[in-house]
Amino acid sequence: MTSDHAADMTSDHAADIDRHVRVYITVFVALMALTIITVAVSYLDLPPAMAITVALFVATVKGSLVACYFMHLISEKRLIYAVLVITAIKFVALLALPAITHGNGYWIHE
Amino acid sequence: MDIPYTVEVRPDTGLTNGKIGIWLFLASEVMLFGALFASYILIRTGAPSWPRGDSILNVPLATFNTIVLITSSITMVMAWASLMRRRFGTYRIYMGATILLGLVFLVVKYFEYSAKFHHGRYPSTNNFLAIYFTLTGLHMLHVLGGMAVNAYFWGPGAKLWKTNPVWFTNRVEHSGLFWHFVDLVWIFLFPTLYLL
Repeated sequence: MTSDHAADMTSDHAADIDRHVRVYITVFVALMALTIITVAVSYLDLPPAMAITVALFVATVKGSLVACYFMHLISEKRLIYAVLVITAIKFVALLALPAITHGNGYWIHE
Repeated sequence: MDIPYTVEVRPDTGLTNGKIGIWLFLASEVMLFGALFASYILIRTGAPSWPRGDSILNVPLATFNTIVLITSSITMVMAWASLMRRRFGTYRIYMGATILLGLVFLVVKYFEYSAKFHHGRYPSTNNFLAIYFTLTGLHMLHVLGGMAVNAYFWGPGAKLWKTNPVWFTNRVEHSGLFWHFVDLVWIFLFPTLYLL
């Protein structure tokens, strides 16, 4: 699945690819089902905190499926994991900025 | 001079240069969209009131577009898998489908945008619409960019298959990584903007 597979496209890998294709189709069906669930839940009129939690949880599951299987992160090289760990730390820091702003009292209330 | 490590793996990284290159680029993309998501949180939590997305936006159209993008991700990965199986004709069909699905996404988005403008709803109308147009507009540019690269690999770029099939397969894989990332961003944009 990684580039060294691509570098060696012999018939030994044909069965390998067939197995991957079955996984892709399973992931596709799961993504469709989760999309329907996301939309269906939004019609339940849950309280905002609950609605946000459910919607973001389902989106995270969907995103992980895309990243792990379509983007092959389930079996990637260490250097790419290292890049992504650093990215994830900075991404979380970025999303935490609004909360930090709030905590510092820079917030303007009505 | 040839570009190094396009086909063989670089010993110290264990990767081709293209692979590490596209992932570094995607890391920068995470920060680009991350900054806008952080802005969204800041603007929303700071607002005295915030509309639910479905009171302003068209959820059925966006659900349809979500399905279109997810489908385009599977056709993209199947295009790559076809090259791995050395089936160039099948690759062309899947890659063509990926490009067409991208086009469908853009056409639906065009109708969504024009309906908003028709009702006098512009980015300047309020903060909700400002962040909606910024996030979806930037995402749309990514769809357009991904389509341009995919179209190149469907058309003139595919000549590489005849001379260096492994390199071509790697290039399609990297283009696919970008395309799946664009799908992934939409997976988060859709509930955030339309459903909450």
